Amino acid sequence: MNASLHLWLIPLLPFAGFLLNGILGRRLPKALVSAIALLAPLASFAVVLSAVLASSSGLALPYTESCPIGWIHAGTLNIDFSFVFDQLSLVMLLVVTGVGFLIHIYSVGYMAHEDGYWRFFAYLNLFLFFMTVLVLAGNALLMFVGWEGVGLASYLLIGFYFQKNSAADAGKKAFIVNRIGDFGFLIGIFLLLATFGTLTFSEISAKLLAAPAWQGGILTVIALCLLLGATGKSAQLPLYVWLPDAMEGPTPVSALIHAATMVTAGVYMIARTHVLFDRSPFALGVVAIVGAATALFAATIGLVQNDIKRVLAYSTISQLGYMFLGCGVAAYSAAIFHLMTHAFFKALLFLAAGSVIHALGGEQDLRRMGGLRKKIPVTFWTMTAAVFAIAGFFPFAGFFSKDAILYAAFLQGAGGKVFWFVGLVTALLTSFYMFRLWYLTFLGESRNHEAHPHESPWSMLGPLVILAILSVGGGWIGIERFAAFLAPSTGEIPTAGGSASLEIGLSALAVLVALAGWWIADRLYRKQPETPAQWAAAMPHGYKLLLNKYFVDEIYGFTIVKPLLAFSKFLLGWVVDVAILGGAAWLLGGIAQFAAAILQRWQSGNLRSYAAWLALGAAAVLLFLLLPATLGLHASGMGR
Amino acid sequence: MNPAPLQLAAHGIPLAWYLLLSAALFSLGVIGFLIKRNVITVFMSIELMLNAVNLTFVTFAHQWHAVKGQIFVFFVMMVAAAEAAVGLAIIIAIFRARATLAVDRIDLMKL
Amino acid sequence: MHLILFLLFAGLCLAGAINLLLQSHPINSALSLIVVMTSLAVLYLLLGAEFLAAAQVIVYAGAVMVLFTFVIMLLNAGREERTLGSRAARTVGFPAVVVILAILATVILHIQGLGAATMQDGITSTEDLSTILFTKLLLPFEVTSVLILIAILGAVALARRGDGDTERLAGK
Repeated sequence: MNASLHLWLIPLLPFAGFLLNGILGRRLPKALVSAIALLAPLASFAVVLSAVLASSSGLALPYTESCPIGWIHAGTLNIDFSFVFDQLSLVMLLVVTGVGFLIHIYSVGYMAHEDGYWRFFAYLNLFLFFMTVLVLAGNALLMFVGWEGVGLASYLLIGFYFQKNSAADAGKKAFIVNRIGDFGFLIGIFLLLATFGTLTFSEISAKLLAAPAWQGGILTVIALCLLLGATGKSAQLPLYVWLPDAMEGPTPVSALIHAATMVTAGVYMIARTHVLFDRSPFALGVVAIVGAATALFAATIGLVQNDIKRVLAYSTISQLGYMFLGCGVAAYSAAIFHLMTHAFFKALLFLAAGSVIHALGGEQDLRRMGGLRKKIPVTFWTMTAAVFAIAGFFPFAGFFSKDAILYAAFLQGAGGKVFWFVGLVTALLTSFYMFRLWYLTFLGESRNHEAHPHESPWSMLGPLVILAILSVGGGWIGIERFAAFLAPSTGEIPTAGGSASLEIGLSALAVLVALAGWWIADRLYRKQPETPAQWAAAMPHGYKLLLNKYFVDEIYGFTIVKPLLAFSKFLLGWVVDVAILGGAAWLLGGIAQFAAAILQRWQSGNLRSYAAWLALGAAAVLLFLLLPATLGLHASGMGR
Repeated sequence: MNPAPLQLAAHGIPLAWYLLLSAALFSLGVIGFLIKRNVITVFMSIELMLNAVNLTFVTFAHQWHAVKGQIFVFFVMMVAAAEAAVGLAIIIAIFRARATLAVDRIDLMKL
Repeated sequence: MHLILFLLFAGLCLAGAINLLLQSHPINSALSLIVVMTSLAVLYLLLGAEFLAAAQVIVYAGAVMVLFTFVIMLLNAGREERTLGSRAARTVGFPAVVVILAILATVILHIQGLGAATMQDGITSTEDLSTILFTKLLLPFEVTSVLILIAILGAVALARRGDGDTERLAGK
C-alpha cells in the first residue's frame, strides 16, 4: 500500500493562490500578495520534492492518483481526473515548480513598481496551475485542459500591459496562432479516441505493446496531428511567429512561459506520446526536419536582431528546434535533458536581460547598451555563465545536452548526418549571436549616456545566482545517467554504431564550433566594431531579409490573413450573415408578426370572451377525460 | 334507471337527481357569467356555481355517510365569504376608477 | 313527503337561478339568488346536513347576500347597459355550456350504485361535525379564520378612497 503523494496539491496550491490574489488581490497589501504568490509555488515545489523523495525511497513509478469522482462517463468512454507521476513528469515538475518559484521571487523585485502587481501574480499562479495539470495529466484530454490553460495564461500575461496596443495585439496573435496548433492536437485526440477507444496514455501504450507489428497508417496521421499541436505551442516552423511578439509581456513572463516551461510543452507532449511516434518513422522524420529547419531558420534571424529580448526569443525557438530534432531521432531523453538545461540557462538569460533592462530603465535596444560589465557585475557574471552554457562550452550545462542530441542525430544514418550538420551550423550561429549580445550589452563603451545603470535588488539577483549555478552544473549529471533514469517512461536512446571515441570527437568538434562563433563575434564586435555595418551595407538584401525575419509575418499576412479576411467579409459577412441569417431572422419575425396579428384578436380584453374560452376548455377536458371513462365503464358494466 | 313514482316513495329520491340539479345550477351559473353585463351579477353567477358545487359535496357526503364532505362545504362557505368581501371591494374600486359596472367596458387588459 | 319537498325546492332553485339570468336589474337578480340559496338550505336539510343548512341561511342568504345588496345600493347600480358584448361568449361559450351539461348528465346517469335519500336517513348532528372540525381539522379551521381576517383587511384597503382616486374623479 503506497502512501498518497497528494499530487492534487501540486496544481491546486497555485490555483488557490490565483483565486486569493485574483479575487482579493486588489484590496490586499503588496506584501501579502507577494507572500501568497510565493508560497503557492514553494509549497508545490515542496510537494514535488516529497514525491521525489518517496520515489527514491522505493515508490514504484509510474504512480497514478485519480480523483474518486470521474469526469466524463459516456458509454464506453471513461475519463478521469487522473494524475500520473513518473520519471518524465518528475523532471518536468521539478523544472516547472523549481524554476517557476525562482522566477516568482525574481518577479517580486522586477514588478515592484508596476500597476496591477496582484494581477500579475494571480496570472502567474494560474499559469503554474495549468502547467502542472498539463504535466501531471494521465490522459490526453486532461493534458489538453492544461494545454489550453497555459495558452490562456500566456495570452493574459503577454497582454499584461493591455493599454499598449502592441502588447494586446501580441497576446491575440499568440492566442490565434496557438489555436491552429490546438486544432491539430484536438484532431489528434479524436483520432486517438477513435483508434484506441481510450485517451489514457498508459492504456494506449499497453495496446500498442500488444500489437508489435502495428506501424504507420493511422498512427502516422495521429502523430502528425499531435506534431501540429506541438509546433503551435512550442513555436516551431511554421507556427513560430507568435513567440517573438510574445516578448511584449513582462520579462519574467518571457523567462517562465516563453522560454523555460510552456513552450517546452510540445516537446513534453511528444515525449509523453512517444510510443505513437516510435511506430511511425515518417512522423519522426517530419519531427526531425521541423526541428532542424526551425533551429537553423531562427538562428539566422537571431543574428541581426537589435532588441535584446527578441534575440533571446529567436534563440529560444532555435533551441526548441534542437529539442524537436532530439525527439525526431527518437532520443527523447536527450530532448528532455536539453529541455531541462535549456530551462535553466534560458530562464537565466531572460532574467539577466530583465535585470539589464531594469538597470537601464526600460531600454531594450542592444545598440543603446554597452559597457555595463562594471556597473552591474552580478548580472554580468550570471549572464556570462548562461551565454557559455547556451553556446555549448564544456563543462557548462548546454554542452552536455546539445551534444547528446547531436550525437544521437549523428548515429541515425545518412539523414541523421544532415541533421547533425544543420545542428552544428546552428551551434555556430548560436554561439555567434549570443556572444554578439554579450559584447554589445556588457563590453565596450556605453552608448547610452542618459541612463544611470544600477544593480538590481537581491530579490532579483538571488534567482540569477541560483540559476547560474544550475546552468554551470546542471549538465554534470550526464546524459547516460539521465537517459537511464528516464528510460522507463521515454525508452532508450538508440546508440547503435556509436563509440566513446566518436562521441568525444564530435564533442570536441562542437566545442570548436562554439569557439569559432565566439571568435567571429569577438572580431566583429570588439576588435572591429565598424565591420558589421559594412557587411550589412555590402549585402543590403540579405541583411534586410534577416532583419525583417524573412518577411514571414508579411507573407502570412498576404497569403493567409488577407484572403481569410476577404472570405469572411464577403462570404460570411454578406452571403451568410446578411442574406441567409438575416433573411431567416426576417422571415421568422414576419411569421411571428403575421401569427400575432391573427392571435391578437383572441386577447380581446373582454372578460366574457375569456370566460367563454375557459368554459370551452373545461368542456374539452371533460370530454376527453370523463366521458370515455364513463362510457367504458358502462360498456364493461353491460358486458358483465 | 328510472324507477316508478311508487317505488320512489318507498326507496326515497335517487341521489342522481340531486346531482343533476347541481349540474343544472352550475350550467346556469356559467351562462349567467356569459350573458350578464353587470359585473355584480356576474359575481353572483360565480356564487351560484359555488353553491351548485356545494350541493354536490353534500350529496356525496350523504352517499358515503362521510362528515368530511360537509366540512368541505363549510370551508367553501368560509372562503366564499372572504372572496365576496374582497371581490365586492374590488368592484367598488373599479367603479371608482371607471365609473361603470359594465364588464364589457372594463377591458383595458388587452394589447 | 320527501319527494314533494324535493320537487318543490328543486323547482324553486331552478326558477330562482333562471330568474337571476332573466332579470336585468341587479337587485332583482340578488333577490332571486337569495331564493336559490334558501331553497338549497332546505335541500341540505333533506340530505341530512343540519348544520350546513343553518350555515347556508346565515352565511350565504344572510351575510353574503346582504353584502351584495348593500354594494348594489351603494353603487346605485341601475339596469344593465346595452353593450356590444362578446361574440366569443355566444359562439363558443354556449355550445361549451351545453356540452358540459350534457357530459355531466351522462356521467351522472351512468354512475352505478348511487343511493337514495329518504326521510328516514339519519341527520349528521352538529356535534359530530364540530368534533372533527375542532380536533382533527383545527389547524385548517384556524387558518381559515386568519384568511377571513386578511380578506377583511384587503377589502378595507381596496375600498378605501385613495388619494389617486379622488384626483382622478375630480379630473373627470
